[in-house]
Amino acid sequence: MDYLAQQLINGLTLGSIYGLIAIGYTMVYGIIGMINFAHGDVFMVGAFVSLICILIFGITGSTDIVIGIGLLMIVAVIAMAISGVYGWTIERLAYRPLRGSFRLAPLITAIGVSIFLQNFVQETQGARVKPLQALFAGGFTLHEGTEFTVRITYMQILIVVLTIVLMTGFSLLISRTSLGRAQRACEQDLKMTQLLGIDVDRTISMTFVIGAMLAAVAGLMYLLYYGVIDFFIGFSAGVKAFTAAVLGGIGSLPGAMIGGVLIGLIEVLFAAYFSSEYKDVAAFSMLIIVLIFMPQGLLGRPEIEKV
Amino acid sequence: MIKLTKTLPVLALGIALSSSAAHADVTVALAGPMTGGLAAFGEQFKAGFNMAVEEINAAGGVNGQKIATVVGDDQCDPKQAVAVANDNVSKKVAVVIGHFCSGSSIPASKVYAEEGTIMISPSSTNVKLTDERAGPSIFRVIGRDDVQGKIAGAFIAAKYKGKNVAVLDDKSAYAAGLAVETVKALNANGLKPVIVDAITPGEKDYTAIVSKLKSLKVDVLYYSGYHPESGLLVKQMAEQGMKAQFISGDALGDNEFAQIAGAASDGAIFTNPPDHCLNPANKDICAKFVAKGTPVATYTLYAYVAVKTWAEAAKKAGSFDSKKVVAAMNETSLETPVGKIKFDNKGDVLDPKYAWHAFKGGKYAQDDSIK
Repeated sequence: MDYLAQQLINGLTLGSIYGLIAIGYTMVYGIIGMINFAHGDVFMVGAFVSLICILIFGITGSTDIVIGIGLLMIVAVIAMAISGVYGWTIERLAYRPLRGSFRLAPLITAIGVSIFLQNFVQETQGARVKPLQALFAGGFTLHEGTEFTVRITYMQILIVVLTIVLMTGFSLLISRTSLGRAQRACEQDLKMTQLLGIDVDRTISMTFVIGAMLAAVAGLMYLLYYGVIDFFIGFSAGVKAFTAAVLGGIGSLPGAMIGGVLIGLIEVLFAAYFSSEYKDVAAFSMLIIVLIFMPQGLLGRPEIEKV
Repeated sequence: MIKLTKTLPVLALGIALSSSAAHADVTVALAGPMTGGLAAFGEQFKAGFNMAVEEINAAGGVNGQKIATVVGDDQCDPKQAVAVANDNVSKKVAVVIGHFCSGSSIPASKVYAEEGTIMISPSSTNVKLTDERAGPSIFRVIGRDDVQGKIAGAFIAAKYKGKNVAVLDDKSAYAAGLAVETVKALNANGLKPVIVDAITPGEKDYTAIVSKLKSLKVDVLYYSGYHPESGLLVKQMAEQGMKAQFISGDALGDNEFAQIAGAASDGAIFTNPPDHCLNPANKDICAKFVAKGTPVATYTLYAYVAVKTWAEAAKKAGSFDSKKVVAAMNETSLETPVGKIKFDNKGDVLDPKYAWHAFKGGKYAQDDSIK
């Protein structure tokens, strides 16, 4: 029982990170119907910007906790701002010129941007893994069992809480603000929205910027939690997050979150009770099974043929 | 203006081409992970390789020819390794020093063997490289996993008798090979591991397997794999309050492990070729590396020795013809900083040595007190 609890904590943390990245995939797909394969790499850029800022500010594990958290918030803001610029630029240069063309064109430029970002960071930051000393070491012992001691680290709590806060805030943004209304309108009918006088270009740009900002937060969390980043993390995390978005139903925000947590839990529980060697097989088999019976994913809406 | 910008690079290219063609140099290749997660090892390779080439060139070269070098980056990716190998073969290099990872060396060796190109690996320990030797031109100057696994297995079985031992690897050719040899040695010494499993390298989240080890009350984790994953495993074990002894193989030999694992790296031990700089006879050569800003790490001297071994054989053969040099290599008996280099009929070096190393305060060092 204790063992299961510990594994659920592990899975929930991993799933939250997947979920945070998955939102970026699902949101862009919902509005313009393309898969932004460069999203994982924007996440990687966010992690690198965070690392550089942390080193510049000289934040270490021995920094006063209040000052440390204050500085980390500044780091988060800088990382979000810079990643946002990346998101905006990518959309402006690689996707907007191709918006009217055939469906595969932006997909191909997305893969191109992804490769470009990886190589760019590899060239400028070097290819070696970049370690960061733990800033929030330690945690709570939840249950001192005779057989097993359940532990939760501060970082695990932070990640899950932050993910919930960001998800809530984001859902409110979509449902309550005028930008959110414009986004939902774009999702339903791009042409009609334009006819009604909404700046579609701006709405789509903002979608990319917000997605990139969320990815930057995920990048910072990833850096703080695992303490190691390299130029390739965007690909490996991106593939899983994309899978999560598809599993949850691409285009659906709560779906992305549920998909992320599900993938995280399946991976961890399979590794816990069967074999760590084949946990990815389990995660992707689950994806296939779900897609066979629910082609739209768990919470996706079937595409309505518009006449 | 347009014309000028177009001609300049062409001019520069022309100069570069003519300068390399001016001497009749013999080309020697280095192959290994120059970028990617294991680039730290590529740097060790480069330091040793460049030093050997500089020394040889300063002494007038080999058979009257200076050595020119090419460096191939395989990122420890088997596919990339074959591409690098084909490139080296097409450049007609006289010898390839490399590759680093067994997973790269084994497929690459097939390309070299086909063309008769000599390959000397300073680091690949998987038994298949020579047990299933692709051809007579394939050599290594390092020990083998069965030697290393035997040492580790016998040590663990003796010291941790009756304790719970876990064996993990990262599925790479090197790691899986070493894990198999270690488990064999453990079983032969009457200790059955409580779990034998594998992890996916390149990932960052190993909390699931760590919790599993914790629930199995593992006292000793033998992990066969490279240092980035080792660092994460050790770090995440500490975060979950696990105090198992971490034991690994020669791929832990980089201080980057301690940077990733943090304070938890203290006390991790691993089998590694001996620290040859402790040998007073190597004082000069080790000081030379320090003066260059690249202090000797595990594979630095092996890369150095690999170049020297080939140069010696080429001198003896009086030619760069690979058949003649291979014949001379088989006769090699050379005193080097890493000990005597003498090949058996499979291209393995005779009587390789291993010693226990331990991490302390973020650095590893040979620790002869571990027995």
